[in-house]
Amino acid sequence: MTGLREVAIGQTFETVVVEDLKRTQIVQYAGASGDYNPLHTDEIYTTKIAGYPSVFAHGMLTMGLTGQAIAGLVGPENLLRFGVRFTAQVWPGDTLAVRSSVARIFEDDGAPVAEFSVSTVAQSTANGEGREVMSGYAHARLAR
Amino acid sequence: MAAGRFPVEAGHVLAFGRALGLDQGLPRIGDVAPPTFAIASAQFDPHYPLRPRPGGAWHGSGGDAGLVTERAGGLHGEQHFVYHRPVRVGDVMVGTTRPGEEWEKHGRSGRLRFREQITEFRDEAGELVVTARSVSVQREAS
Repeated sequence: MTGLREVAIGQTFETVVVEDLKRTQIVQYAGASGDYNPLHTDEIYTTKIAGYPSVFAHGMLTMGLTGQAIAGLVGPENLLRFGVRFTAQVWPGDTLAVRSSVARIFEDDGAPVAEFSVSTVAQSTANGEGREVMSGYAHARLAR
Repeated sequence: MAAGRFPVEAGHVLAFGRALGLDQGLPRIGDVAPPTFAIASAQFDPHYPLRPRPGGAWHGSGGDAGLVTERAGGLHGEQHFVYHRPVRVGDVMVGTTRPGEEWEKHGRSGRLRFREQITEFRDEAGELVVTARSVSVQREAS
């Protein structure tokens, strides 16, 4: 069983989950998820009709990439809860980094569970510092 | 999200994983699916609105740039999953969606309407596997 054995409150982890996001990856996600909203894949519709500067990623692509990072950290079978708010759009060209930190450790059904606070940040050539695009939490059972 | 039968198929999990940047072989029966895989139940929802249908109207570009629709204004605001157990390749789940709470906020750019939807996914034994809660945000003229 994969997973974390020992974590400490305040411990932080950072993973880059995509670099220079390509429109093609957004198309892949549309096809696999079944969400064909043209705002994500149809540049003509999105710029001329909907009035955005370009297509943008599905929130669920960002959540999916973030979820993979969290699952890799805690072991996919140990994930108990995962929830997010989408706070800003993710654009083609963005590089996404997932920052997670151990917010608390508690007992659930007699087993130790770690709560992580999760923040996914987009960086692009246009913004050096980056901007938060998604924030949330994950609960994971700890290995004993 | 899905209402109806949702088989967790290896090829589907493979394609979904690739879209998330994974470079893996075909998953095997029993492998754990990515944490957000339940959202792909949209593929099995016969009434999912964000998929073009043969002969149906579609708001994306073709010969022209497309159509303004109400649907275009709704954005995904929040998504939450509770895992009662992991979703595994080979599971056959049934999703049942019900409306949750609705609320409004008045922001700088007008009135925002939030709508919650809750989908319970159960396995063939009727046991809960995943509970998904999504919140959509629609901007409305104030």
